[in-house]
Amino acid sequence: MAALSSNLLYTAFILYLIATAFFGGAIKAKKDGQRETGPNKWAAIAIIITIIGFIAQVGYFILRWIAAGHAPVSNLFEFTTFFGMALVGAFIAIYFIYKTPLLGVFTLPVAVLIIAYASMFPREISPLIPALQSDWLHIHVTTAALGEAILAISFAAGLIYLIKHVDQTVKSKSTLWLEVVMFGMVATLGFIIVSTAFSAAGYEAKFNYIDKNGAEAAYDYQMPALVGPHEGQLAAKGKFEPMVETPAIINAKKLNTVIWSLGAGLILYGLLRLILRKRLAASLKPLVKNINLDLVDEISYRSVLIGFPVFTLGALIFAMIWAQIAWTRFWGWDPKEVWALITWLFYAAFLHLRLSKGWHGEKSAWLAVIGFIIIMFNLVAVNLVIAGLHSYAGS
Amino acid sequence: MKKKRLAIRTVILLVLAAAVGYTLYANFTKDDIQRVEVGKTAPDFALVDMNGEKHKLSDYRGQGVFLNFWATWCKPCEREMPYIDHQYNNFKDQGVKVLTVDVGESRVAVNKFIERHNLSFPVMIDSDGQVQTAYGIDPLPITFLIDKDGKVVRSHTGELTEATVRQFMEEIKP
Amino acid sequence: MNEVKCECGHVNPHGTVLCESCGKVLEEKEMQKKLLDMRYEGSARRSQTYNKTIIDKVWNFFSSVKVGVWLIVVTLVASAFGTILPQEMYIPPVMPAAEYYEEQYGWFGKLYYELGFHNLYSSWWYLLLIASIGVSLVICSLDRVVPLYRALNKQRVTRHEGFLQRQRLFGISAEAPDQESIKKLKGNLQSKRYKIREENGNILAEKNRFSRWGPYVNHVGLIIFLIGGMLRFVPGMYIDSVLWIREGETKAIPETEGQYYLKNNQFILEVYDKEKEDEVFEQAIDKAGMVAKNYQSNVTLYKKAGDSIPGETPELEKVKDEEIRVNEPLKFEGFALYQVDYKLNELNKMTLALQNKETQEEFGEIQIDLYNPKSEYDLGKGYSVEVLSYFPDFEFGEDGNPTTKSRIPNNPAFVFEMKTPDKPEGEVSFVAIRETIEPNGDNQYKMAFKAAETKNVAALTVRKDLTLWIIALGGLIFMIGVVQGAYWNHRRLWVRNVDGQLWTAGHTNKNWHGLKRELEEIFKGTGMEAPAEQQAEDAKNG
Repeated sequence: MAALSSNLLYTAFILYLIATAFFGGAIKAKKDGQRETGPNKWAAIAIIITIIGFIAQVGYFILRWIAAGHAPVSNLFEFTTFFGMALVGAFIAIYFIYKTPLLGVFTLPVAVLIIAYASMFPREISPLIPALQSDWLHIHVTTAALGEAILAISFAAGLIYLIKHVDQTVKSKSTLWLEVVMFGMVATLGFIIVSTAFSAAGYEAKFNYIDKNGAEAAYDYQMPALVGPHEGQLAAKGKFEPMVETPAIINAKKLNTVIWSLGAGLILYGLLRLILRKRLAASLKPLVKNINLDLVDEISYRSVLIGFPVFTLGALIFAMIWAQIAWTRFWGWDPKEVWALITWLFYAAFLHLRLSKGWHGEKSAWLAVIGFIIIMFNLVAVNLVIAGLHSYAGS
Repeated sequence: MKKKRLAIRTVILLVLAAAVGYTLYANFTKDDIQRVEVGKTAPDFALVDMNGEKHKLSDYRGQGVFLNFWATWCKPCEREMPYIDHQYNNFKDQGVKVLTVDVGESRVAVNKFIERHNLSFPVMIDSDGQVQTAYGIDPLPITFLIDKDGKVVRSHTGELTEATVRQFMEEIKP
Repeated sequence: MNEVKCECGHVNPHGTVLCESCGKVLEEKEMQKKLLDMRYEGSARRSQTYNKTIIDKVWNFFSSVKVGVWLIVVTLVASAFGTILPQEMYIPPVMPAAEYYEEQYGWFGKLYYELGFHNLYSSWWYLLLIASIGVSLVICSLDRVVPLYRALNKQRVTRHEGFLQRQRLFGISAEAPDQESIKKLKGNLQSKRYKIREENGNILAEKNRFSRWGPYVNHVGLIIFLIGGMLRFVPGMYIDSVLWIREGETKAIPETEGQYYLKNNQFILEVYDKEKEDEVFEQAIDKAGMVAKNYQSNVTLYKKAGDSIPGETPELEKVKDEEIRVNEPLKFEGFALYQVDYKLNELNKMTLALQNKETQEEFGEIQIDLYNPKSEYDLGKGYSVEVLSYFPDFEFGEDGNPTTKSRIPNNPAFVFEMKTPDKPEGEVSFVAIRETIEPNGDNQYKMAFKAAETKNVAALTVRKDLTLWIIALGGLIFMIGVVQGAYWNHRRLWVRNVDGQLWTAGHTNKNWHGLKRELEEIFKGTGMEAPAEQQAEDAKNG
């Protein structure tokens, strides 16, 4: 059953990729002059493929739930995959409200990237530690992920807005920051490619080193060590010797992964720039030519409006109820809790700026992008770098 | 109309300021909250000392009570014991009762300690921690001074000198 | 301050931009705009109109949304700073915080500690920030909800031409439609659940006005939530205490005023065993090594009967047996006991044998209760062992003499005097774990270690939180308010006869796309055109 479950996830992954292409085709077809009011045939096929993919992923989710006996949202792989699924689900819902294939061209790749990123983490089905043995596991985690996914739609819409709106003929702060966002996604892709390549090659290098408490410890590198651990010694000869040694306080293995990802991201980005001879955002501009800015602005705002209550319910209220039961107090300033609060405060500020200060259009789009970065930070950095009570989710 | 508005605003702001002020105040004094407050009646307790004699706090109304909590591993406690013992002998005929409570060690350890320091005042062991809970004991040593009416006159956390011990006993002499 | 009388006869408060009743533009500046700013229905926000006394100034400061947003942003950034390094409550209690931060994180840790960021969330300035947000919530809401209520309540059906033509959705149909079309329109509106008001043949159709109150409802929820948080500081409202309790031990539960006692019957730690668990977990268990499955304390709760005072052995009445697990606290009378920590295999009893060092011959065993050793153990036949000193948590003190760190037998050590028929005056031996010192030279006898009996200790958090229901109420009201404001839209359609022409205008507080689609359906078959989007350069209403 676990194997079938994994296969369904692969299926979903591939289908999302195909659907992206079809959504792209839908835009293209429109551009070619068939100025239809509704979505065209390409779009119809694309959304059907998306829905089949989504059903496959739901299948993965249910089968894995049955196999494990608990909701598959208990570690970073499972949670992130679920987040990707929720993103697709939210997209499907929004698509049927606004019928914009363009949103698919931007949302589905983000979902694909997220699912691919998730699979870089350990994928075994693990038993639940005592703190997680509660129905609140699936109630809290799924609601929180769904809220974040809906908020992520506003990122996709915001990005479309910016790509269309930002003037690419002159260099400006906006073009720079937009490229930074693009690079962020390319670097994620870089991480996925590098991880997959080295794990396919079966690279492994063991280091013995001295940790920050002066004790001996060992790291298992799955990528050639550009930076080695504090007083690190390769356990087996013939592997790549690190060029730099890090101080004990830094987690050398994670730093090494970050450097590889950024490096791969830079190379990829450089290649793309060479081929396209334009900024990435500029080369995406033709895609968004026909979209109505007001409509994307509204989609972006609407997603925040729909997502904010769901996020509040899942990531704060349900979280507090469970924390009261499992950790004796509903709030304890654990980093993950704090970052959920930060996300919440951010979107609260977003809504106030929009409702009372009249921040529309570009400003609102930038806020949507920043909001997504905060969500991603909470998902990635807080689990992997800051750690805390939620750190079981990092393994 | 204008006056009314100003009055409403003033009241609301005052209420808010009071709430915020109280919260900040409470937050910074929360560590100082003592279970046993000066001026209140000391919680009653009854313990049997090492000689098998039962001491009930409320039986000592009319006398001042010098109540000390300690442990054998606590160095400041060990240093102040001879002073307490000395002053105990000075004041015992003047209506001052000395009661010392070990925080739940074994009889052997406490007995050896008494022998080593040659203590003559009553020593009791609070084995199940009930008395410590009632008095909210955390750091040691801690001394409570209780007057003839059973009211707490003073509580002192930390080591005592012979002079302070004497002064304390003077304070509660009936 | 002067009130403003509109040409329609309605008297508006000073500062009103759009007449509450007919919507006529009263302010010069607004007149220039192609589209109206409809955010608060153009009502007079009083804060902006009076600025005389200190009270007014403070009030106006907190009444500004700009200030509110800044407070949110500052709080957000400050909160983020608190996650850079772990807070003091999460660092291991092995050394003082000041040392810990510097040792673990170097100069940065030291700076972090010195700035007070190790306790950021209970610092005075963080509390003040949260409190300011609370004040801002109260004042902002009061200042807006009252005028908004007035404006929505006083609105007339017949709106001023200037108001209609400055709406984002606006249309003029060249000829006045017949009664049939109007009837059809009204029918359509009703089927979309619009409430219809009429006045001289003009129509105001409105729905979901309650969604405008959403923000204020959720602010009330937040304020209640903050009040709950504040009450936590009131003594007695919130109790946070830990009870360490050994197996077999009965202890008074702290903070219950000696009314409740708990006995720990057994502490259980289970780990996943890959032989016994489902096959799917095998890989994960292999990789992780040990995965905890269950932490459980089997306890009995007692209530004190009779009125013993502290120190006396209380008479206990059993209330219930319960198994406390993570996620399954024991609850009684407003208290909850949570499984939070444990210590396995704490020494409880130790068995030693009196032994002749040379012949290894033994002369009896003694079992010492490490919590309460006897002072003498008689082995008969002239053999006996006396405990001269006992150090349950032994270490050598600064003066070189043995001492104890606590009363917990983590590292028990004894000074024994062994009396035997050969040595009736006794031999003294210092016995600690893996260590024997014979202060008076070589002894003939020794105390040989035989066995140890251990017990597990459970740590239970004792919690009482009387603010929970207030916090929960606040959360609930917040959710209701936020859903009410986010998932419904306040939509209005005005239809007015102006000199034989039919003017239509539409407004929604958000989701214009939805309104446009709805209006298209409503106007379908009426022969009239739905009001259409008219874009302005200067402002767009969201």
